[in-house]
Amino acid sequence: MNTKDKSWKILSLIPIIAVLVILTLVPLVNIFYNSFFDIRWDDGKYNYTYIGLENYIELPNNKFYLPGLINTIKLSIFAVFFQMLFGFLIALGISKIKRGKGFFISLFLLPILLPPIVIGSIWRLMYGFDFGIFNYLLSFFGIFPLDWLGSSSLAFTSIVIVDIWHWTPFVVLLLLAGLESLPTDVYEAARVDGTSGWNEIIYITIPLMIPTIIVTMVFRFILSFKVFDEIYLLTQGGPGTSTEVISFSIYETFFESDNMGLGSVMSVVSLFVVSLLIIIVLNVIRRVNKYAN
Amino acid sequence: MRTSTEKLINYIMLSFFAILVLAPFLWIATIAFKTQIDIMMMKIIFKPTLFNFDKLFFSKEATFFRDIFNSLFVGIISTLIILIVCSMASFTMIRTKISNWITAVLFLWVIVFHMLPPITFVGSWFQMANSVGLFNSRIALILAHVTVNLPLGLLIISSFMRDVPTEIQEAAYIDGCSNRQVYLKVMLPLLGPGLFATAVIVFLFSWNDFMVAMNLTAKATQTVPVSIATFSQQYEVRYGEMAAGSLVSLVPALILTFFAQKYIVKGLTAGAVK
Repeated sequence: MNTKDKSWKILSLIPIIAVLVILTLVPLVNIFYNSFFDIRWDDGKYNYTYIGLENYIELPNNKFYLPGLINTIKLSIFAVFFQMLFGFLIALGISKIKRGKGFFISLFLLPILLPPIVIGSIWRLMYGFDFGIFNYLLSFFGIFPLDWLGSSSLAFTSIVIVDIWHWTPFVVLLLLAGLESLPTDVYEAARVDGTSGWNEIIYITIPLMIPTIIVTMVFRFILSFKVFDEIYLLTQGGPGTSTEVISFSIYETFFESDNMGLGSVMSVVSLFVVSLLIIIVLNVIRRVNKYAN
Repeated sequence: MRTSTEKLINYIMLSFFAILVLAPFLWIATIAFKTQIDIMMMKIIFKPTLFNFDKLFFSKEATFFRDIFNSLFVGIISTLIILIVCSMASFTMIRTKISNWITAVLFLWVIVFHMLPPITFVGSWFQMANSVGLFNSRIALILAHVTVNLPLGLLIISSFMRDVPTEIQEAAYIDGCSNRQVYLKVMLPLLGPGLFATAVIVFLFSWNDFMVAMNLTAKATQTVPVSIATFSQQYEVRYGEMAAGSLVSLVPALILTFFAQKYIVKGLTAGAVK
């Protein structure tokens, strides 16, 4: 190993380290630092006033953050449950067919690859009170139009439905990859023994798939905490706080109310909560992989 | 799945879910070709019109051509940067002898960052961009997109990197190649499909991003998703233009899914859980 080789190794890692340090580590430190200040934008510059833990003390009194955190967790649990259920059905279905496989996979890829803001637009149009398709269809059954996004009892469910629609395909993709890497000899043996289709699924496929199912589920659960675009376009967190989520509270506080100190505290607390979950998740994934091997 | 009834049930179930996925797109496609009056009257049979597209692109206050340019510019440049940065780093981390802890720390941090909500970083990026005079510039957005999509890029490229047989690399060393030469002349060509898969996915995610773009750009540098969102925020929601803009913004994803479906599937699976 000559010195030229060594300098190339260092050189090749500098860009990624630079990006990670400047654009992820520095922001983390910055947010933490900000959280102890009252920050105002005056005369073209930021004026920092040190206020100690005041932002942290104020956080529980904030009308939006805690309800948002609870909603985010609720949304993740409900949405991921149905994503797993539908995702497993679809993945199983696709894995069994021979004709049209590529067609179905392309189709089910679409929601992941399209701009979330478009998904928001589409659902906003469909949920529309006066000329949305849902109320139009309901009118045939003589049901009064529902205020899908405007009533506090229904808005959260409407958001969960959109999230399920948006992310089930992702679950399909991961579970399908798992299904296709299952050992075929087990199935052949079962077939020789005359196992029926349903028994095959219940007694062979599901037990073999449990590691993949758990990993996909926890991964999806964490990623649901990122939800923002659809909320922004569909409900803006309302009515009241019924569809408030952490990403939206942070955005509102930081960019709309220009309260950077409090926004930073919200970020710090959110990062703390999500990091805790990530530690749990990474542990779960490690254990599952160990068990699977 | 052996009996024909089971097969039939399976196809019916898949078609049912397929319709659930497709229906919303068909619905927005019809809206895009309706006049505002037809939209409001819920007409099923209507005379298709290009009025919404005309307004979207050619009305006096239209910015859509510029928005598309901004999106393409930011998407292409940030994708290129990610390909270069991640392929270099991935090669050194996976295929050369370096201290294990460097690889472990970098990968762990990238995976953790990938899972954190990006909004928690956008505030700082906004402040940083402002303090160096980069707010409302495409450079700030490019840097932000590089950062947000870097984890996916690194994970996908690395998974393809692991699939390249080590024998080829060893043969190159025997021929007297340095690591730099192996990377440039052996790995990059062999990684072609992997780089393509990464490029497609990373570009689409940059094209699709709304949240980061909204907070780091203003009118002149706004991207397509930001522009679409503004149609819902004026005094009256401009449904027709919103639908037309949405339809146009689907084009890259549709084209790329059509031509590169296999690569996208492989890339997305590789970038997900490892």
